[in-house]
Amino acid sequence: MKPFEIVEEPIDIQKYADYVLHASAGAVTIFTGNVREWTHGVRTLYLSYEAYVPMAEKKMAEIGAEMEEKWPGIKVAIVHRIGELHISDIAVLIAVSSPHREAAYAANEYAIERIKEVVPIWKKEIWEDGEEWIGAQKKYPTKGRKLND
Amino acid sequence: MIKVHYFARLRELTGKSEEFIDKDYMTVQQLLDWAEEKYPGFGKDMIHVAINEEYALKDDTIQTGDVCAFIPPVSGG
Repeated sequence: MKPFEIVEEPIDIQKYADYVLHASAGAVTIFTGNVREWTHGVRTLYLSYEAYVPMAEKKMAEIGAEMEEKWPGIKVAIVHRIGELHISDIAVLIAVSSPHREAAYAANEYAIERIKEVVPIWKKEIWEDGEEWIGAQKKYPTKGRKLND
Repeated sequence: MIKVHYFARLRELTGKSEEFIDKDYMTVQQLLDWAEEKYPGFGKDMIHVAINEEYALKDDTIQTGDVCAFIPPVSGG
């Protein structure tokens, strides 16, 4: 495994938990984002995820570096699955270890917010009667190189 | 030559995942204008461009050999 990776197979939680755990880690937080059946009353049959793989892995590693700068002493792994995902499948996993729990929780939440802002991964929802690419419509940045800074 | 990648909605709209443009130099804005003209409904105002896997601004320049990607609104997680 790589600590920041895009995969096509089911995500093995234990593998990433083991990667971040070490002798000085007193806390490990694992977040998983899972495929949900109902969104605002619409029933999803399955999701299809697509990524610009090399750039996505690079951006996830950059998020990891941002996190280690903000919360020194943490260790991070981020993995996102692409392809066809069904109800309850894990789409994304973020594992963070830290000497104390506060940083592990905070850094983990920071990671998912940043993933949704800058990592080139796209989701298509397939319903019983149609399909649509999902994405927050954001305007083009006029200053700065990062999308949301 | 400039290589461009299409993803998600744009891959379906263009019917291809990549193509080459026979130019030595373009700005990001010119690339977006080119795409909008070639593929009506491209929606250039909502699309970011990455040059060699890094987000670019509209007045950044693209040169021959660069690999670009049109990045529609992302929705990972």
